[in-house]
Amino acid sequence: MTGTMSKILGGREGAIGLAVLALLILVILPLSLDLFRLGLVGKYTTYAFVAVSLVLLWGNGGILSLGQGIFFGLGGYLMAMFLKLEASDPISTKIQTTPGIPDFMDWNQLTEIPLFWEPFNSLPLTILAILTIPALFAYIIGFAMFKRRVGGVYFAIITQAIALILSILIVGQQGYTGGVNGITDLKTMLGWDIRNDGAKYVLYYVNALLLIGSILLSRYILSSKFGMLLLAMRDKEERVRFSGYDVSNFKIFIFCVSALISAVGGAMFTLQVGFMSPSFVGIVPSIEMVIFAAVGGRMSLIGAVYGTLLVNFGKTMFSETYPELWLFLMGGLFIAVVMFFPNGLAGVWDKYAKRVGFIRRIMEGKGKADKTSADSNTQGAKA
Amino acid sequence: MTYFNRRRFMTGMGALVGALLTAGIMSAPSMAADFPTAKVNTTKLAVTDKTVKVGILHSATGTMAISETGSIQAEKLAIAQINAMGGVLGRKIEVIQEDGASDWPTFAEKSKKLLVNDKVATVFGCWTSASRKAALPVFEKENGLLFYPTFYEGLEQSKNVFYTGQEATQQILAGLDWIAKEKKAKTFYLIGSDYIWPRTSMKIARKHIEQHLGGKVVGEEYIALGDTQFGSVINKIKLKKPDIIYAAVVGGSNVAWFKQLNAAGLNSSKQTMLTISVTEDEVLGIGGENLAGFYSAMKYFQSQKNPSNEKFVAEFKKMWGPKSVIGDVTQAAYLGPWLWKAAVERAGSFDVDKVAAALPGYEFKDAPEGYVKVDANHHLWSKLRIGKWRTDGQADVVFESELIAPDPFPKGYQ
Repeated sequence: MTGTMSKILGGREGAIGLAVLALLILVILPLSLDLFRLGLVGKYTTYAFVAVSLVLLWGNGGILSLGQGIFFGLGGYLMAMFLKLEASDPISTKIQTTPGIPDFMDWNQLTEIPLFWEPFNSLPLTILAILTIPALFAYIIGFAMFKRRVGGVYFAIITQAIALILSILIVGQQGYTGGVNGITDLKTMLGWDIRNDGAKYVLYYVNALLLIGSILLSRYILSSKFGMLLLAMRDKEERVRFSGYDVSNFKIFIFCVSALISAVGGAMFTLQVGFMSPSFVGIVPSIEMVIFAAVGGRMSLIGAVYGTLLVNFGKTMFSETYPELWLFLMGGLFIAVVMFFPNGLAGVWDKYAKRVGFIRRIMEGKGKADKTSADSNTQGAKA
Repeated sequence: MTYFNRRRFMTGMGALVGALLTAGIMSAPSMAADFPTAKVNTTKLAVTDKTVKVGILHSATGTMAISETGSIQAEKLAIAQINAMGGVLGRKIEVIQEDGASDWPTFAEKSKKLLVNDKVATVFGCWTSASRKAALPVFEKENGLLFYPTFYEGLEQSKNVFYTGQEATQQILAGLDWIAKEKKAKTFYLIGSDYIWPRTSMKIARKHIEQHLGGKVVGEEYIALGDTQFGSVINKIKLKKPDIIYAAVVGGSNVAWFKQLNAAGLNSSKQTMLTISVTEDEVLGIGGENLAGFYSAMKYFQSQKNPSNEKFVAEFKKMWGPKSVIGDVTQAAYLGPWLWKAAVERAGSFDVDKVAAALPGYEFKDAPEGYVKVDANHHLWSKLRIGKWRTDGQADVVFESELIAPDPFPKGYQ
């Protein structure tokens, strides 16, 4: 394992970690869970995209965004617009005053599809929009803030404010966005029914592979020279600036990448769950997603995925078993993590599991740990 | 499975006596033995020889919990009463309660869990339109059955849902007719929270005022959900001096709305207001003194005087405490389990399609709100009542309409 490949895989340890995660998501969970629970895993792994993006941005870049829901939501809404137009054919909407337009537009006295909805009749344009619009939006926010050297707490607060503004905008413009109900009742994608069992499996696997792809992309970024700079900026921004680097451009870039990854997660969410609503855009979901990353370990891309899965499973299990108490249990879980495991699950793993002899031997390749893997271990900073 | 044993007979008789004592609303209870499980459950629902599982899906946590708790309580009361009478087709009802957590996607997730994993025979649940819209595709896809209690905007009709609250026209038209005549009102000011229900309601109200009452709408305002600043709206109202304020403000905004109106001197002696969003539950937060003299248009008020309501109120307070109040939606939620029981017995089956087919046409003569009938469009025929609020948080019913047919897709109002 040398060169780029080794960098992306994160050395022996990283490769094993990724292989275990892939085995879990691609083989073990699909075989051991029924379709309903697997659907839940599918939904949670879409949040994992955001957690991964936060490891890049926050854990490695030191930029805490409390507004990742913006990009997750944008991605989700863009996909939902396409699916909604397809679901609103004149025959299935013939009960409306104006057949052939989305139902919520009809309820809000719109009589034709607004211009900015028109591109979403086409799937390629929609996919293009998902890959560009959230990243472009991140570029605008990032440009406006990082060029003025706004950072730290101020950046976190502003992203939070933007998340709030966007969710108010979506709720307020209900004729164009579906308002607080969101865009619901999505049925098919190019005639392919996304609600039946076969489609659920297909979407689950597409989603899982995209997630693994995002992790690999993130690792590639982190293991490059840019990744080193990112860490350096996190720890001593001034020093990097004095060394002649334009810090703001690097920050804008990583912010755009994190927006892109989050948006892909949002789009996959809409496809798997079948609707999108403003409750994924605002402050609460944005902060929740930071919690996922924190529980998993904000320095660990793979830890973030486990963190997301664990928190969400906890949420589902607790709320099924104790419908009136579960929020307290979740609160207790978060407090415990922050107090006892500040580096999250990944920290626990590094601290305890690696002491166990055979795990260490596997991770280090039976003691003959070659120089490359040891190097990239430190370089990748537990990526 | 057609043999008849003494023990079953005795339980049956006990239940029968219970039925006669409790309300007399139900026909004689049936015994499980008369309805073998294989026959009444051909779609693999969670029905055994002794029990049937149903779901309750409301928000027990989050911002909606305060509103939805009443519905949970009413549904549990109805189920407890039905079980005391011997259950449905001789089977005790077992409740699986899930928390929607005021989060619409969670409603979809939990609906799916109840239908796919638990295989419940029916679900009593959802409250906001948003939660229903999120859950509806799941119910249609998995062919589940949902009893939905809230008054809502209409524009919907699903073979998988029974709507035990009023659709918009049932709540709006008769109330506007009454207040226009009673107060000789010509000018109306419309105000609501900014989401689908108030907007649809105001659309219907405006058409009715302009086309049928010969009145004029002098202002129409929408406030963001949760907003508590009504200063500018109140100034506009003072400027326009409408005969009637017609309001559909919901949630926490309601408290601020009425308090600021009072602070601005617009109490009921100076200003007439008809609201379609205040029930006894909301009054707890608003305070009767801020509300006294204003009117609400609902289908049910706790103060209604009839034997089945008095009994309902007494049993509700016995189960949930003497301080609990019963609003319009709580009563509508209470109807859900009774309607489902009636439909299952009419169908002689728990199968969703058969139950859904059996319910339309059913008359529930002694509901707490009075006579109701299930329409072919899955909504209820009901009366509209106008309540005038007192300082103690209860309302005097000052008007009762004729029975109104449900019309979720009203022609001429869309």
